[in-house]
Amino acid sequence: MLSKVLIGRYIPGDSVIHALDPRSKILLTVLFMVIVFLANSWATYITLILFVLIVTKVAGLSIRFLFDGLKLILVLFIFTFLMHVFLTKGGTVLVDGGFFTIESEGIITGIFITLRLTLLVVVTTILTLTTSPIELTHGLERMFQPLKRIGFPVSEVAMMMSISLRFIPTLMDETEKIIKAQSARGSSFRMGGLKERFQALLSIFIPLFVSAFKRAEELAVAMDVRGYNVKGKRTSYRLLEWKSSDTIAIIIMILLAALLFGLRAIGL
Amino acid sequence: MIVLNDVTYKYDDSRRAALDNVSLRIERGDWISIVGANGSGKSTLVKLLMGILETYEGDVSINGIKVTEENTRALHKNFSIVLQNPDNQFVGATVEDDVAFSLENLEVPREEMLEIVDTVLQEVGMLEYKKHEPSRLSGGQKQRIAIASALATDPDVLILDEATSMLDPQGRRDVLKLVQAVHKKRKTTIIYVTHDLTEVFRSDAVIVMNQGQVRLKGSVDTIYSNPHILEENNLVLPFEIKISTALLNQSIMSYAKLVRKL
Repeated sequence: MLSKVLIGRYIPGDSVIHALDPRSKILLTVLFMVIVFLANSWATYITLILFVLIVTKVAGLSIRFLFDGLKLILVLFIFTFLMHVFLTKGGTVLVDGGFFTIESEGIITGIFITLRLTLLVVVTTILTLTTSPIELTHGLERMFQPLKRIGFPVSEVAMMMSISLRFIPTLMDETEKIIKAQSARGSSFRMGGLKERFQALLSIFIPLFVSAFKRAEELAVAMDVRGYNVKGKRTSYRLLEWKSSDTIAIIIMILLAALLFGLRAIGL
Repeated sequence: MIVLNDVTYKYDDSRRAALDNVSLRIERGDWISIVGANGSGKSTLVKLLMGILETYEGDVSINGIKVTEENTRALHKNFSIVLQNPDNQFVGATVEDDVAFSLENLEVPREEMLEIVDTVLQEVGMLEYKKHEPSRLSGGQKQRIAIASALATDPDVLILDEATSMLDPQGRRDVLKLVQAVHKKRKTTIIYVTHDLTEVFRSDAVIVMNQGQVRLKGSVDTIYSNPHILEENNLVLPFEIKISTALLNQSIMSYAKLVRKL
């Protein structure tokens, strides 16, 4: 089950999206996050959904695979939807349960906000699926380079991020193994009261933390003997190159923003 | 050449010395295997050689230069290590990124790096996996990548710390074969730490350790012909070696000779 988790995973490929400079992909993701907040109607949301579906296809990713990954955070989406259904008021009263009411505005806002959240998660997932952690951190490192002047440890933070992302799949595999091992010993994570479930979770987290610390210690030794020095200078194997395709991608994103403004202006 | 004279090391949280008056001499280009049960001091010895443990008693010198706290890092630039669990030593997200990591730290220019990465990956037979994620490879392939990463800096000494203990028999054979090829081609000094006495047969010398002390040092023949000393030090001669030794005794042929013939 955990192998379906997509956050932090990178799928090597040779699509146009894969080939974009990580800096432009980070910038595009941030721009999209802003643009999502321009959506306020069915037409604007449908435009954004179509855009994301096209990007997924161009990136060579399976839409089904992407949505399988989303199932794991379905609870978050349902919670967001229900919060708006019960708390947002306006429009026609659809259900009147005495101490609560469900109104049409609540349902529409619930759908829109859930769609907004889904789009944000999907776009950031596409970013990590098409950009290797090393590229991502190199991109961030270059973008935040000016902060070095005020003493911000840009390279160290970038290395920490790179290692965290690199270890997500390893720790997911480890968690799965621990769950299987504990289940084989009779631990149940789906039955019992809150106390029993909490204890069952402890039986996963304690060995997971012990193993993570052991791994961290070995990795620190390995990095040390491989010459890594926090204060030292390093050259870079990855060459970041801003190509015409990166500029075109940024222009497309600006056009998308303009289209959304247009749709809003004509009241769609 | 690596020389250790009466080296003693004690961890802060332990009463017993992890290394107790260890004296060793490792010649350039030698293949030295270090065997011993858990807690015998093998890994502490490796850490000491890698410069991870700095405050010890005694003398350690490398190529005639005494190792001190000040020059440890510089001296150990010529050492590379392959650990037991390759998953815990990969830094790069792809095979090529991981191999390039040490080179980036040594400020090797990019053009040179591109060439070295391809050369070492070719040497370990993993060039076609250059763009793969290391965590998705098999155990044997992962260790081959770890060896490629270790070789990228062209070290004088390659240390393998129980590098085959997590592998299946085929993976073990592949890694051992690769280490033999590297030793033959590059004349790299190999320090091979293992539990498995069947893996030491290519060594120029074998060191048996127990309770932080060197209990026996000698050729493969010497080690195999002293099963009682091995047992005293919590090591057991593998069954196939016992059989081979018995057969070889009949035909008056040394084990090393048999291996060479094979």
